Amino acid sequence: MDRRQIWLSLATLAMFAAVPPLTVIFDQPFYMDMIARIMVFAIAAVSLDLILGHGGMVSFGHAVYMGVGAYAVGILSYYGLDNGFLQIPVALGASALIGLVFGAMSLRTTGVYFIMITLAFAQMLYFLAISLEEFGGDDGMSSMRSEFGGVIDMYDAMQFYYVIFVVLALVLFGLHRLVLSRFGMVIRAARSNDRRMQAVGFPTYRYKLAAFTLASTICGLAGVLFANLNEFVSPDVMHWTHSGELMVMVIMGGMGTLIGPVLGATAFLLLEEYLPQWMEMAMTNAGEHWAIIMGPILIAIVLFGRGGIHALFAATIWRSGGKRNG
Amino acid sequence: MAEPILQIEGLAKSFGSLVATDDLHLDIEQGEIHAIIGPNGAGKTTLIAQLSGELKSDSGRVRFAGRDITTLSMPARSALGLARSFQITSIFPDFSALDNVALSVQAHAGHSFRFWRPAGRDPGLRAPAQKILDEIGLGSRADEPAANLSHGEQRQLEIAMALATRPSLLLLDEPMAGMGRDESAKMVNLLRDLKGRHTIVLIEHDMDAVFALADRITVLVYGRAIATGAPGDIRANDEVRAAYLGTETAQEVSSA
Repeated sequence: MDRRQIWLSLATLAMFAAVPPLTVIFDQPFYMDMIARIMVFAIAAVSLDLILGHGGMVSFGHAVYMGVGAYAVGILSYYGLDNGFLQIPVALGASALIGLVFGAMSLRTTGVYFIMITLAFAQMLYFLAISLEEFGGDDGMSSMRSEFGGVIDMYDAMQFYYVIFVVLALVLFGLHRLVLSRFGMVIRAARSNDRRMQAVGFPTYRYKLAAFTLASTICGLAGVLFANLNEFVSPDVMHWTHSGELMVMVIMGGMGTLIGPVLGATAFLLLEEYLPQWMEMAMTNAGEHWAIIMGPILIAIVLFGRGGIHALFAATIWRSGGKRNG
Repeated sequence: MAEPILQIEGLAKSFGSLVATDDLHLDIEQGEIHAIIGPNGAGKTTLIAQLSGELKSDSGRVRFAGRDITTLSMPARSALGLARSFQITSIFPDFSALDNVALSVQAHAGHSFRFWRPAGRDPGLRAPAQKILDEIGLGSRADEPAANLSHGEQRQLEIAMALATRPSLLLLDEPMAGMGRDESAKMVNLLRDLKGRHTIVLIEHDMDAVFALADRITVLVYGRAIATGAPGDIRANDEVRAAYLGTETAQEVSSA
C-alpha cells in the first residue's frame, strides 16, 4: 500500500465531507441526496473489492447482501420495530449468516463455477423476495427510517448524510488495516497462488470463507443504509444486474485498491445520472439509449484503463511530485 | 537404528489405465538425502504430490514421524513438518522475496485470524524470514518483487519458502530444473549445507548433482522402485543401467 493511495483516500473523503456545507451554500439540496446514494453504493463496492480485488473471489451475487440488509430493516419496520440499535445487529447477523452459508458452499468451487454458483444463490433469494406477498412481493414495500433513540435523527438530511459518511470512512479504514494484516496477507496470497499457500501450511478455505462472510456483512450494512435512503425496499435491489453493477464499479475504479471502487461507484452513478441528460440535449429521445454510450465506456476502461480510475489518479499524483513509497 | 522418518507402504495411484505409482514401498531414514531418480513418466512428481497431500492415493499408507498421515490435507502435513518445493516455480510473484518467505513463517506462527496489525512490520515474521533469505544467499534481494528475480533466484526462493516452515522433511521436486551450470553448482552447495540439518527427498534429473549429494538413491520406473541403495551400488546395478540409465548416461555416471 503506498502513500499515494492514502492521500487519494483522504482527498476523496474530504470531498465527500465538504458536500453538505456546499449544498447549503449553493442551495442545491438535491446533490446531498445524490452523493449520499453514491456513498451507500461505495460501501457495497468496497466490500466487494475485499473479496473480488484482494481475494480473487469473483462473486456475481454480491447485491443480494444489500438486499438482506435492506429487507431486515423493511421487515422489522413493517412490524413497527424501527429501532436502529435492533435493526443493525439483525441486518448484520442475517447477512453474515447467509454469506457464511452461501460462501461455505460456493468456495468449494473455483473459476467460472464460483461465479455461476454465487449468481445462482443470489437469484434464489431474489425470487424468494418476490414470493413474499406479505412484504409486497414484486412491488416491494415502503419502510420507515431507523430510529436511534433521539441520538441521531435519520430524517435530518445532514445527519443522515454524515452517518453514511462515517460508515464509509470506518469501512475504508478498517479494510485498509485488514488488507495489510496477517489475515489480509493470507487472502491476497491465496488469490495469487492458492496451491502454494496450502503447501506452506495455510488451510486457505477457512480464511477465504471468513473474508467472504465479512464482505457480505459489510454489504448488509450498506443495505441498511440503502433502505433508509429510499424508505422503500423491493426485490429489485437483489437483481443480478445490480450485482453486475457493483462489479463494474470495482473494476472501473481499480480492483484491490479499496479507494478505487469508491471512485468507481462515483463515476458509475454520475454517468448513470447525467449521461441520459447529456444525450437528451444532443438529440431528442436519445436519453433512454444511454447504455449505448455507457457500454463502450466500460469496455474501453477494461481494455485500456488497466487499474481503472485509481491508476489514473495515482499516476497523476505521481507525476505532480507525490512521493513514491512502496 | 532409529525409526525411518517417512515410511511408504504399498502406495498406489492410477490415472485411468495409467499406473503412476505401483505398490511402492520405501523408507526414508532420519537425516539422509534420499534421491529419487527415474526416466520421464516414472511417477516421481506424482509421488511427491501424494506425499505432500496434494493427491489422494488409491491405496497404501504413508507414515511420517511415526504417525499415519495418509488422509491428511496439505496444510495439515505442512503443520507436522513436511515441506515441499515445486518442479514448476511456485511463488507469489507480486510479493517481495521477503514477503514470500514471511508468509511461510506466518503459516507456522499460530492462526492468521489477526486483522489489525500490519504483517509487513511484524518483526516476529520479518526477522526469521530475513535470516533464512540471508542463509540461502538472497538476503540482498529481500525487497525485490519475486517476479523480478532471476530463474535461479526464484528456485532458491522456493527452497527458502519450504525451509521457513521449519520442516523435518523436505520434498524437493527438481530444484535444479531449468538452471544453468553455475546456478546448479550454487544449488548443490546450498543443499549440501542443508544436509544433516534436514532430511531431504530429492527428485532430480541432474545426475552429477544426485551422485554428489545423495546418501541413498531409489530408482523409480513405471511407479515401482526397482532399486534402492548407496550411489555406488546404484551405479553398479545392471538392472538400473538397463532399465533407466542407458549406455551413454551409464558411462557418464561411471566417470562422474
